Amino acid sequence: MLNFFVLLLLCQLAGEVVVVSLGIPLPGPVVGMVLLFVGLLFHGQVPAQLDELGKGLLSNLSLLFVPAGVGVMLHAERVGAEYLPIAVSLVVSTLVTIAVTGWIMQKLAAEPEQ
Amino acid sequence: MTGELQTIWVYLAASPLLSLTLTLLAYTLGLWLHRRAGKNPLVNPVLFAMLVLVALLSATDTDYTTYFQGAQFVHFLLGPATVALAIPLYRQVRQVKDSAPAIIVAVFCGSITAALTAVGIAWALGATEPTLLSLAPKSATTPVAMGIAEQLGGLPSLTAAAVILTGIIGAMAGSSLLALLGVNDSRARGLAMGVASHGIGTARALQIDDVAGAFSGLAMGLNALATAVLVPILLRWLF
Repeated sequence: MLNFFVLLLLCQLAGEVVVVSLGIPLPGPVVGMVLLFVGLLFHGQVPAQLDELGKGLLSNLSLLFVPAGVGVMLHAERVGAEYLPIAVSLVVSTLVTIAVTGWIMQKLAAEPEQ
Repeated sequence: MTGELQTIWVYLAASPLLSLTLTLLAYTLGLWLHRRAGKNPLVNPVLFAMLVLVALLSATDTDYTTYFQGAQFVHFLLGPATVALAIPLYRQVRQVKDSAPAIIVAVFCGSITAALTAVGIAWALGATEPTLLSLAPKSATTPVAMGIAEQLGGLPSLTAAAVILTGIIGAMAGSSLLALLGVNDSRARGLAMGVASHGIGTARALQIDDVAGAFSGLAMGLNALATAVLVPILLRWLF
């Protein structure tokens, strides 16, 4: 298990190095995800312990956003006088984006022969 | 007695253990409520934990730096967890390959929709220009969104708030909205959650099923890239 945690950190680290050295506009962990994905394609399967570790981390993924969220809320007074346009914009824009993306994907990805 | 409590509080508040434990406790409580409410997405454990912790920190006059000394251990795992999203993605590699053109078109349209509606609505309601620039990249994952806001002349701290709220809104309302619209394809549901609501949407999509989780993680990555490329072009054209 420890080996695979080291592997995840190495992918993240390699991702950070790639991002900084090539100036790619992506976060290091996202590039790390791509690197692990490519590694899995070459390996041809997911090692059982890596799978277990991944499930452990991902089953509580939303917990990991709490500390950043708390920081944001503490500084929320900066939203100030413009809270109404900001709130309406965030709610409507998020819902419209979900609807548009989901609808287009479902239309385009539908199996034509069925 | 009060003096003694005060001493214990001062001692504990100085160590990372307290804020780490409180973070996990608040989230666990949120999860418990979420289950009690029949897994209703509107009872969101992240939002609950955030509100409880903000109230606690404000009531005890604790600053964020002190809190973060403990909470950083949780925050740190966000990196390796993002890398681990490669695992569900790998399991769905055939489905991803088969629908690759659809994925690209849907992410492209979703990314533009997110930026245009956010800016358009806020503009129509009278928001100032720095606010508009800060809202434009809000569907991308935090570091990317903050980078774009800074580059455009927005306020990165406002962008960070917008990103987190966008994630929570999508996680709370996304699956019901998609069901209402008849979008029941797991690939489409996952992709929509990932494009609109990045990692927080992906955390929610992983609860729908493995396919939705995989497509959401993929969409989060692709949308980070699409937003970084498209939003600066779009805004230069608008302003």
